[in-house]
Amino acid sequence: MKAKYISIVKGLSLSIVLSILSSCMGDLDRIPFIEVTSATVFKDPANYKPLLAKLYAGLAVSGQQGPAGKPDISGIDEGFSTYLRQYFKAQELPTDEAVIGWNDGSLPSYHTMTWTSGNEFITAMYNRIYYQIGICNEYIRETSDEKLASRGIKSPEIKMYRAEARFLRALSYYHALDMFGSVPFVTEKDAVGSFLPKQISKADLFTYIESELKAIEVDMAEPRKNEYARADKAAAWTLLTKLYLNAEVYIGAGKYTEAITSAKKVIGAGYVLEAKYQNLFLADNNKSAEIIFPIAFDGTKTKTWGGMTFMVHAPVGGKMNPADFGIGGGWGGLRTTQQFVDHFDDKTGKTDSRAMFFTDGQNKEVADISSFADGYAITKYKNVTSTGVKGSDPEGNFPDTDFPMFRLADVYLMYAEAVLRGGSGGDLTTALQYVNALRARAYNGAQGNVSLLNLDLIIRERGRELYWECHRRTDLIRFKMFTGASYVWAWKGGTKAGAGVSDNMKLFPIPSSDIVANPNLVQNTGY
Amino acid sequence: MKAKITSWIEGLSQSKGKNLFFTFALITFSVFSVIAQQSVTGTVISKEGPVAGASVSVKGTNKGTSADSNGQFTVSNVSSNSVLVISSIGYVSKEVTVGNQMSLTITLENDSQSLNEVVVIGYGTQKKKDLTGSVVSISSVDFQKGNIVTPDQLVAGKVAGVQITSNGGAPGAGSTIRIRGGSSLNANNDPLIVIDGVPLDNNGISGAANALSFINPNDIESFNVLKDASATAIYGSRASNGVILITTKRGKKGGEMKVSVSSVASSAQARAYVDVLSAADFTSIINSKGTADQKALLGKTSTDWQKEIYRNAISIDNNVSITGSIKNVPVRASVGYLNQNGILKTSNMDRISTSIGLSPSFFNNSLQVDLNLKSSVINNNFANQGAIGTAVGFDPTQAVKGSDFGGYFEWLDPATKKPNSLGPKNPVALLELQKDQSNVRRTIANAVFNYKMPFLPELRANANVAIDKSSSEGTINIPTGIANSYDRGGKAGTYSQTKDNKTFEFYLNYVKTIGMHKFDVMGGYSYQDFLRDNTDLDKNIAGTVFNNTYYKTQNTLVSFYGRANYSLNDKYLLTFTLRNDGSSRFSPENRWGVFPSAAAAWKISEEFKDSEVISDLKLRLGWGVTGQQDVFSDYPYLARYTNSEPNAQYQLGNTFLNTLRPEGYDANIKWEQTTTKNIGLDFGFKKVGITGSIDVYQKETKDLLSVIPVPAGSNLTNQILTNVGNLENKGVEVTLNFNPIHTANVNWDFGVNATFNQSNITNLTKVQDPTYKGILVGGISGGVGNTIQIHSIGYSPYTFYVYQQVYDNGGKPVEGLYVDRNGDGKISSDDRYRFESPNSKYFFGASSNLQIKDFSFGFVLRANVGNYMYNNTNSNSAVYRAATGGNNFLSNLVPNVKETNFNNTQYFSDYYIQNASFLRVDNISFGYNLNRLLNTKKYNAQLSLNVQNAFIVTKYQGLDPEVGGGIDNNMYPRPRTISLGLNVNF
Repeated sequence: MKAKYISIVKGLSLSIVLSILSSCMGDLDRIPFIEVTSATVFKDPANYKPLLAKLYAGLAVSGQQGPAGKPDISGIDEGFSTYLRQYFKAQELPTDEAVIGWNDGSLPSYHTMTWTSGNEFITAMYNRIYYQIGICNEYIRETSDEKLASRGIKSPEIKMYRAEARFLRALSYYHALDMFGSVPFVTEKDAVGSFLPKQISKADLFTYIESELKAIEVDMAEPRKNEYARADKAAAWTLLTKLYLNAEVYIGAGKYTEAITSAKKVIGAGYVLEAKYQNLFLADNNKSAEIIFPIAFDGTKTKTWGGMTFMVHAPVGGKMNPADFGIGGGWGGLRTTQQFVDHFDDKTGKTDSRAMFFTDGQNKEVADISSFADGYAITKYKNVTSTGVKGSDPEGNFPDTDFPMFRLADVYLMYAEAVLRGGSGGDLTTALQYVNALRARAYNGAQGNVSLLNLDLIIRERGRELYWECHRRTDLIRFKMFTGASYVWAWKGGTKAGAGVSDNMKLFPIPSSDIVANPNLVQNTGY
Repeated sequence: MKAKITSWIEGLSQSKGKNLFFTFALITFSVFSVIAQQSVTGTVISKEGPVAGASVSVKGTNKGTSADSNGQFTVSNVSSNSVLVISSIGYVSKEVTVGNQMSLTITLENDSQSLNEVVVIGYGTQKKKDLTGSVVSISSVDFQKGNIVTPDQLVAGKVAGVQITSNGGAPGAGSTIRIRGGSSLNANNDPLIVIDGVPLDNNGISGAANALSFINPNDIESFNVLKDASATAIYGSRASNGVILITTKRGKKGGEMKVSVSSVASSAQARAYVDVLSAADFTSIINSKGTADQKALLGKTSTDWQKEIYRNAISIDNNVSITGSIKNVPVRASVGYLNQNGILKTSNMDRISTSIGLSPSFFNNSLQVDLNLKSSVINNNFANQGAIGTAVGFDPTQAVKGSDFGGYFEWLDPATKKPNSLGPKNPVALLELQKDQSNVRRTIANAVFNYKMPFLPELRANANVAIDKSSSEGTINIPTGIANSYDRGGKAGTYSQTKDNKTFEFYLNYVKTIGMHKFDVMGGYSYQDFLRDNTDLDKNIAGTVFNNTYYKTQNTLVSFYGRANYSLNDKYLLTFTLRNDGSSRFSPENRWGVFPSAAAAWKISEEFKDSEVISDLKLRLGWGVTGQQDVFSDYPYLARYTNSEPNAQYQLGNTFLNTLRPEGYDANIKWEQTTTKNIGLDFGFKKVGITGSIDVYQKETKDLLSVIPVPAGSNLTNQILTNVGNLENKGVEVTLNFNPIHTANVNWDFGVNATFNQSNITNLTKVQDPTYKGILVGGISGGVGNTIQIHSIGYSPYTFYVYQQVYDNGGKPVEGLYVDRNGDGKISSDDRYRFESPNSKYFFGASSNLQIKDFSFGFVLRANVGNYMYNNTNSNSAVYRAATGGNNFLSNLVPNVKETNFNNTQYFSDYYIQNASFLRVDNISFGYNLNRLLNTKKYNAQLSLNVQNAFIVTKYQGLDPEVGGGIDNNMYPRPRTISLGLNVNF
């Protein structure tokens, strides 16, 4: 009887236990409440545009929450981590155009050109580039014709989205080529996971970018026919122009004729110069017909501590009135060197309106990088509209101002330079006309016009016209003024008067974090 | 340190030579007896006097009672051949045959070794003498005393190998608890905490300073700390950082109703302030270094800003509890009310806590049920802790009050005459004008069913059903028109959180003794589910929404576990445990982890049973594997897409789109595994009254859950949580307890513990690369994104990573001059080197308790040796640029600037890494028993006076050498607290 009782108890408890078990095992398959998973996200055609929007937003914001929280990349302060902020630092701080006073980690080594492969800002730039490439690859992979067909999605727009994703990937690969040279190469064919990307040579990467930009042309929107802030054919042509213009630096062979060909396509696409130079950098610059491809920001809907927030706040300090810039307060960091100021014959801005220097309380010479008073301040970017209205953010933190990544003036100057460098298909008369179009706008009349073009004038003109628009490092390298001692500026090479630096500094080092993570990689010379 | 556990738990344990069924029934339960003959009264005494509350049971029956406060008892219905079993924790149990005596005097012998103590272990209890693992039990008599408002502080300094560092002096602030160093780099390093059998989750509760603050320390009976894998591995995937089992007080079967009332009033003051320059010194510095504009900013008064933000804080803590038995059902109920003011003005915590415990039995005691309900409501007033650092740096020449902006002095932008957005805000205004309040409720309820099979008494089944729920509501209000949040128009923020955790545990336990062989085998199943959601709404006063988020997440653990204890001749002990855990955080392929352990012990003292010297000698050997799955994300293996918030949209055309982001992930992520080896020796010597233990351990963690850079382009982000790296902790722990004086009137207990621990990272990368420097960690205040520490191979985690300072002939540091350590002729980040770490190499605790008649005196002190600190206050505020570098505002400096004469910040100089070894007197307590004075036996009254955080001996130059993480940057200071308490029992 005892045994029987036991067996009943045993049987009963066993069956209770088993029934609980089976219901509970399934509970281990938890799926997110808030996020969606790859299993469902691509089934809904409406998700493809928000996914594309992320690829564009990757150039602007730091993550999925503004101004901070849920960052895209980690290992660095989130405000520092945005694409545009790092791109600005990499392209401007090592040049005559900008110094920054902050003692943030290895930031000072950008200007003194003593960076190492452990530099966290260079690492953040590199990581941002590969973040863009990674999410573009994911998008391109998931929007292939086969995958769309398998999901029963027939939307012609998605084909254009896909071309734009390829454009954005090409843009980031162009930045990788320009700043890092030979880099890891991944495409949509490489699935997400733990693999070690192979390094691609500069020449092969050049060819890849060129072929991509040509291949997507057919699927991209006609110039100025796409929605605002989306790339169109002209954006691809502009990028091609930049690639060709710098081909001698990248692959040791000039492609100036190709540069002229693509520049002409852009110029012929109907863009017009903004009447007033300053308006290109104000809170309503989205209206400008000169801008070919912007990075869009908004004071309430696209918030970040990087991007244009950095570019509007960081130059404001000293006696500058933050209200003039549409912000609550400046960050007192960015100024320029005396050598850059001297590219302007008249520094007051009264003749050449592009000389937007703030001099009250500022010393022209940069004796101490940490002191905001050393070096003229620059008043180019503002969060006020062309009619003087403050931007939309009541906090005065986040500007509405968009960043003019590509604009017609740049293409004019690239055309002129390509002609001067011997490219065919263009002519000096037209080149002079384009340069003088910019000068006439700057001087508000023909009094500043030049009659003769040469390369020395072009590099100065590019400085005057395009300073703080993230072109300077690339330009100085192309003009062989970046390294060496032919052109020095305050604190180049770590000395107050400026000193020459070795040629290997033309490329940044591949970050040590990736050298460790990926044994396939060979470091750039000199690091 | 003795442990005391309520005697009914003792009844659950097994002792040699007794049939479990009878032990169980006799000692634990009292039901009707069939034999009725006579009643007997008696007194239980020991050499110290009456033994209050001693348990008296009649052998062979279910009858029993407990002695009153004078040690007296009456048992009715006994026969002359009945045998009384008299027991009390800390004494050797005694059996007395009633015979013809009507009145008995039973003298219990002290059991100073407490070997019969029953300690709580994972899923059960065990006699201390039968333990094979490293388990330390601390009971309420040994807790830290005074104004202790959260449980974690009760045992600080009491256990070798356990470091409890309070996270500052805010009301209800929690602690960082590390058992044998952290076993992980990026995953959680907190131990698993189990309260009355309910494992808690390690996440915080929003709106609460500390998730443990919901447990009233007055309700806690004991802490049992499981340190080695043999003890912890039964908790598998959550055991790598040790396990703390907290048992709350319970009623006793058949006990009289007793009421205990306690009241503690305390007064807390800042122990010291950060030394800053006086108004006069500061004025002269600005006059010599500042511009004309800056000189004009100087004020004309002299304000000590730190004195303005701190206060003398009065707190009260009142508790009432009743303990006893109603109709043979043991009951305990308590209510506590705490109102704690923090020394930082406006900070306050108010807590009402209740607990009820019932232990009814059914079916002839074969089913025993424990019902526990603990519920607390906390109201917090959080002070704006930004005021702490701001007060250190605020211009001492300015007056507190001003004309505008809420009536306080503020720095203005000269152009706009509005508050300077980059300037520091008046610290008093930060406190007084901000309201940051929360209301949080937490309830932990569980029911334990313990069923002993009537026809197979060796087998029992145990089920535990528990819920742990909390709900939080918080508001943050900052008015418009004041400097704080001026540009955004003030703040009207609200947040909320609900947590709903469920636990179900079931196990079967079989105990059998066959001759000299004793088996104790158990096997069980566990299900735990953790569900939480939270909201966050940030608006300004006008109603403009800046942020509005909602998140909900869940994770689940399913486990199977088993344990086998075998004892041969009560001399050789073996323990095996095995746990198989499934976690919803990992993919089905990697979901299940197996965590085994094995341990053996040899009771050497059994070989010397008649020894006059040795009371205890036991050698323990243990090995085991534990896991870690607490990875901060509930879905790390899934390819997820996250929607952007409305403030991170992107404009395409005329529409702003919420973007969809693919998340980086590691589909193959799995458990982190820690293998622990432990050798321990327990010992006790009879006459000298010394007991103690020595443990030597080694913990090796592999497959560390680490956040490491992915090869660029291979994933959807740059750093990912994956399994890579190895970390090793090894150390020695020594515990010694003395009882040198032990007479009727005087008793002196003294305990010391010492720990040596060394942590070492042995691998960090998937691909070995000797040039790899490591992972930068340890963000500091100053600049943005600056870090001062590094994880690197061959070094302790969080080792400082700095430049080597060059000093002049006078021994003063030369500004900006560092040693070119790699000899490449230039100073670059490659010249940074690894220098010391914040981890203590040695730490010590000592407790003393001296009792002379009615008077008692005790103290607890702690010491850490070999720990270093980054003095962030000096690196930030001991440079002239800090005074004048502000944009239209001034900042005060600390006197170290006169030592260094630095103009610009030198954040990465090793000059700021300072030895932070210390000796802290945590607690000094005085007690006085009022019974003799009041000449009463009706109740027992005790008066106490405590000084907490009495003083610190250290060479460290900052305010407090004990800062978790090793970066000293304006922590909420730990106050010195004096409290007066009265405790009455009747």
